Amino acid sequence: MFQIVSKQDISSTISKFVIEAPFIARKRKAGNFVMVRLHEHGERIPLTVADGDPERGTITLIVQAVGKTTKELCAMREGSAILDVVGPLGNPTPVKLHGTVACVGGGVGTAELLPIARALKAAGNTLHTIIGARSRDLVILEREMADVSDRVYVTTDDGSYARKGFVTDQLKDLLDDTLGISAVYAIGPLPMMKAVANLTRPYGVHTLVSLNTIMVDGTGMCGGCRVTIGGEMKFACVDGPEFDAHKVDFDELMMRNRSYLDLEKISDERHQCRLAAQAQELAR
Amino acid sequence: MTAPNPLKPSERMKIPRQQPLEQNPADRMLNFLEVSYGFDDDRSLVESKRCLDCKTPYCIDGCPVGIDIPGFITLVVQGEYAAAVNKIREANYLPAICGRVCPQESQCEEVCVLGKKLTPVAIGKLERFVADYEMRHNLFTTPVINVHRDEKVAIVGSGPAGLTCAAELAKLGYQVTIFEALHAVGGVLRYGIPEFRLPKEILDIETHRIEALGVTIHTNFVIGRTATIDELFDEWGFKAIFLATGAGTPTFLGIPGENLSGVYSANEFLTRVNLMGAYKFPENDTPIRIGESIAVIGGGNTAMDAVRTARRLGAKNAYLIYRRSRQEMPARDEEIHHAEEEGIQFMLLTNPVRILGDENNWVKGMECQRMELGESDESGRRRPVPVKGSEFVVEIQTLIEAIGQRPNPIIQATTPGLETGKRGTVVTDSAQATSRPGIFAGGDLARGGATVILAMRDGKKAAAAIDDYLRSAT
Repeated sequence: MFQIVSKQDISSTISKFVIEAPFIARKRKAGNFVMVRLHEHGERIPLTVADGDPERGTITLIVQAVGKTTKELCAMREGSAILDVVGPLGNPTPVKLHGTVACVGGGVGTAELLPIARALKAAGNTLHTIIGARSRDLVILEREMADVSDRVYVTTDDGSYARKGFVTDQLKDLLDDTLGISAVYAIGPLPMMKAVANLTRPYGVHTLVSLNTIMVDGTGMCGGCRVTIGGEMKFACVDGPEFDAHKVDFDELMMRNRSYLDLEKISDERHQCRLAAQAQELAR
Repeated sequence: MTAPNPLKPSERMKIPRQQPLEQNPADRMLNFLEVSYGFDDDRSLVESKRCLDCKTPYCIDGCPVGIDIPGFITLVVQGEYAAAVNKIREANYLPAICGRVCPQESQCEEVCVLGKKLTPVAIGKLERFVADYEMRHNLFTTPVINVHRDEKVAIVGSGPAGLTCAAELAKLGYQVTIFEALHAVGGVLRYGIPEFRLPKEILDIETHRIEALGVTIHTNFVIGRTATIDELFDEWGFKAIFLATGAGTPTFLGIPGENLSGVYSANEFLTRVNLMGAYKFPENDTPIRIGESIAVIGGGNTAMDAVRTARRLGAKNAYLIYRRSRQEMPARDEEIHHAEEEGIQFMLLTNPVRILGDENNWVKGMECQRMELGESDESGRRRPVPVKGSEFVVEIQTLIEAIGQRPNPIIQATTPGLETGKRGTVVTDSAQATSRPGIFAGGDLARGGATVILAMRDGKKAAAAIDDYLRSAT
C-alpha cells in the first residue's frame, strides 16, 4: 500500500498528491511515469511523476479528474492509501544544454512539464515557458514555472486570463522573435502537441513531446501503447514516452486513444451512480 | 501399508485409459470455470493400476524435472495420496499447476511403454489428482528447513522459473527474495494462462506455499527501473541473482492495419482478461472489447487460450487463423481438441495479408491468402507458400495476434556486461550461468519462448548452480 501523505486541490479538477513510495522516490527522474492501481477492482493507469523527494521517500503526482479512475483518485483523502504504485517507468527526458528552450504545457500537462523545465534550467538553458489552459481556473503551476523559467507566458482559450488564444499563438511569436529558440518541449493534450509539431516543423526546431497512450502494464508487455514514429512501431512505455514530435503519427494515436471511450463512459457513469446512491444513503 | 499393484502386467494392460471429467462444451463456452475436472478417486485408482512400474522408467527421463513417476503412481495404487504428492514435490514444487498445464503427451506420456501399443498412462491427470486431493483435504505441511545459509539471493520474476528456483534455494536454507514487476505473483501463470485452464486460486495456493518456505516477495518492483541489478548486489547485499523475467514482449506481424482499434497482441488481450479481470467489466474497471466475429492469428497454446477466451466473452464467430496445417500446430492436442469442442472455427493454411479498417479506424475485416505446404524448412516443418490469386476477406471486428513473444528488454538494457543473444534472450551456459559472475538466467528469458515445465527445469538447475557458486565463493 502507498500512503497519501498530503493532498492539495490546485484547481477545480486538478489535485496534487504527495505519496509515500521510497524506492521510486530514489530513482525517479524528469519524464518518468508510474502505473497506479487504486484498489482490487481498479485498472492500471499511467501517471507522470511531477516531483520526488528521496529523503522523505515521497513522490508527487498531479492528477486531473477526467475518467473514472482519476475521479476516484481525486476523491481520495490524505492518510488513505493507494493499492499499487510501480515505477519509475519510461525513459527519463534527455536533458542537455540547448541554449534557449521553449517549454509548452497544456492543461494538466503543465504538471508533467515542471520537472523537465527544472532539469533543463539546471542544465543551464534559458527557458521560455508557455502555460495554456481552457480558462483561468485551469491554469496551474504558474508560480512554480516562474521560479525556474526566465519568462512565463499564459494563454487561455476563452481569454478569461492573460492572452486569449492557444499556446501555439504564443509559441509562434517566440519562434519568430530573435530569441534563438533551439528546442521545444511540449506536453499536453494530443491535439495541442500535434499543433505544436506542425508549427515547429517548418522552423526546423527540435521538438520533443510526451505521449499519453492506452497502457495496461506499462513495462513493455501488452503493446497497447504502440505508436508509429517515423513509420516504425514503438512502445510508448519502454521506447518513450517522449518522442521526436515531427515523427509522431498523431492522427493514428488520437484514434487509438478513443478505442474505449464508450466503455470508459459506462464505467464512469456507473461510478457516479454509486456515489449518488452512497450520498443518498448518508443523507438518510 | 497396503500391497503394491496386485495386478499382473497382462491384466494392467487390459484396463482402458481413464477419461477425465470435463465441463460440457455448451456450458463452458459461457463461463470461465475450469474446463477439466480431472480424475475422481475411482478413476485415479483404476488409472494408477495401469502403470507397469517398468524396470527402466523412460517416463522419468521424459519429465524435464525428473519426477519419480512410477514411485508416485505406486503410492496412488496404495491410496497414499499425500505421500504421492510429496514424492512429486521432491522434484517439482508446483504439482497442481504442472498437472494442469504440462504437455505430458510430448514428455512423460510420449515415452510411456504402454503407449507403444496401447495408450500411455495418464500421468498428468494423476499428478493433478493427488495435488488436488491434498488441497481438498488440507494435507499440505510446509517442509521443515534444517539448514541455514546467510547469503541473500534475488530472483527476478515470479513466473514458473522464478518460483521454482526460489523454492529450491529456500529449501537449501538461503535467504530468498523475489521481485515481481506486476501487482500479482505468477508471471505468465497469472497474466497468460486463463482461469478456465488454471484457476487463479490454485496459483495462489501454490505461491503461498513458496512464501511459507520463508521466501519474501516484492510485487510492484521492476528490476532495471525501481532498482538495477548492480544495486541489488552493491546496495541490497544480494550475493547471487536469478533472472527469470520471461518473454513478455509481444511481436506483431508487421502487416498494414495493425494499429487500428480492435487489434490486440495476445499478451494485451490475455492480460486484460486474466490479470485485470476485464471479463467482469464494469465490476472491474479494465475494459475489453470483443466483436461478434473475431480472429486469432497463431497456432500455439497462447493462440488457443486467446481464441477460447474470446469465445467466452461472447464472440459468435471465433476464427483461428494459422498459416500451416493442423499437424504443424505447436499447441497441445488437448487445447486444440477443447477449442474444436467449443466451436472455434479453424482456418488453416491461411495467411493474413492486411487488416482493413472502417471510417472510425476500427477493424472491419482482414484480407488473407490461402497457403499450401512446400519444402521442409530449417525447423523440419513444411514451409507454407501462398497460393496465387487465393486472396479473400474475412469479416471481423476484433483481431488478436498470438505469433510469439520476445524477452522484455529492460534488464538487458540496464545491466552492463550481460551478454544477450538473438531475439533479445540472455545467453547462459548449460548450468544457467550468464556472462556475469553471480548472475544466472532461465526460462523464456533464456529460451525465447517455451513451456512452463522447461522454465521450471531451468529454475531448478539455476538453484543448484547458485548453491555451487555460493559454496565455492565462501
